Amino acid sequence: MFQIFTDFATWLVYGMFGLEAGSALGGAVHFFVEDVSKIFVLLLVMIYVIALLRASLDVERVRDYLAGKNKGVGYLLGSIFGAITPFCSCSSIPVFLGFTSAGIPLGITIAFLITSPLINEVAVLLLMSLLGWKFTLLYVAVGMTVGMLGGVLLDAMKAERWLQSFAAEALLRGRQMAASDVVSTVARVLSLSERHQFAKAEAIEIFGRVWKWVIIGVGLGAALHGFVPEGWIEAHLGQGQWWSVPVAVLIGIPLYSNATGIIPVMESLLANGLPIGTTLAFCMSTVAASFPEFILLKQVMQWRLLALLLVVLLTAFTLVGWMFNFAAPYL
Amino acid sequence: MKQVKVLGSGCAKCSKTAEMIADISEEMGIDVIVKKDADPQTLLKFNVMKTPAVVIDGELIHSGSVPTRDEIEGWLRD
Repeated sequence: MFQIFTDFATWLVYGMFGLEAGSALGGAVHFFVEDVSKIFVLLLVMIYVIALLRASLDVERVRDYLAGKNKGVGYLLGSIFGAITPFCSCSSIPVFLGFTSAGIPLGITIAFLITSPLINEVAVLLLMSLLGWKFTLLYVAVGMTVGMLGGVLLDAMKAERWLQSFAAEALLRGRQMAASDVVSTVARVLSLSERHQFAKAEAIEIFGRVWKWVIIGVGLGAALHGFVPEGWIEAHLGQGQWWSVPVAVLIGIPLYSNATGIIPVMESLLANGLPIGTTLAFCMSTVAASFPEFILLKQVMQWRLLALLLVVLLTAFTLVGWMFNFAAPYL
Repeated sequence: MKQVKVLGSGCAKCSKTAEMIADISEEMGIDVIVKKDADPQTLLKFNVMKTPAVVIDGELIHSGSVPTRDEIEGWLRD
């Protein structure tokens, strides 16, 4: 199904541009053209299709649904909704406050917020097309587990003590309301043409936002592919040396990217022989632990809670990395 | 005079919304004061989960997208 993009790249790069197949430059440019054309076509088509299906889902309905759920299923639902709800990091504050003031426990909100940048339709699409469905399932499972466990852990530590005071008060007021008082939005039945309008707008909006990340990500991946000497990564990091995982996590923090930009880099790192655990740890850290988002959250969380959240995430990614490096021979 | 507040944490869409309202009101010759408000407590007060949101004279009238020109003209005319 994806062969057409390989053929297109071969025709363009080796045929039209006359680059030499097998040279570093030729290989890198081929990789770039193939991946960018494939990703662009897939993104436009699939975002539209997915948006058609989820047109009536939004953060307000998710809040109404989560309010009053018991904690056991709450964490799971929080991370599922985090994965499927359209959401950009610039709205993390209003979403956080909306959930909190509906009395939803902090841990469930955190499960939502952690999962959200890690898993979304664009990320899943890229993973499927570049790394196959097995890896995609693995990635989704790990992302959701980290979100849920992060939430459980923060609730166990009663982390809501360290919210900013107005947010803590809102949470308290929300808890005192009956769950039935919270439900404010009524599910509307959308007509097909409304769904089409929504999906069209989504496809254009998301594509407009992520296309440059695709170029940057694939460009980096292509550079790695073509110019890092073959076998270098494998020779130096290929054994899954224990220290390589925490180092990868630390390097990931200041690198701020979203899933769209990092997944093509993942593909290239794996192809160059970086072990799967190290790769996962690096990428999740880059996507989920970003300074800009943490600075935003300062408005609703005290430093102590922010620091705790960061430590939980970094520890989780390190553990994920070690686990997968250890298990890799048996996968 | 109408007091317009655009709520949202300073994302590109919020700035665009505020600019559009200011421009359109000027075209229509209507005096308004447009302010951006990034205070999380304001979001909480109006129960806004999707930004940008627009509050006119203390009443929330829009949330979740950059409004269209028609919508803005409608609000300003009332």
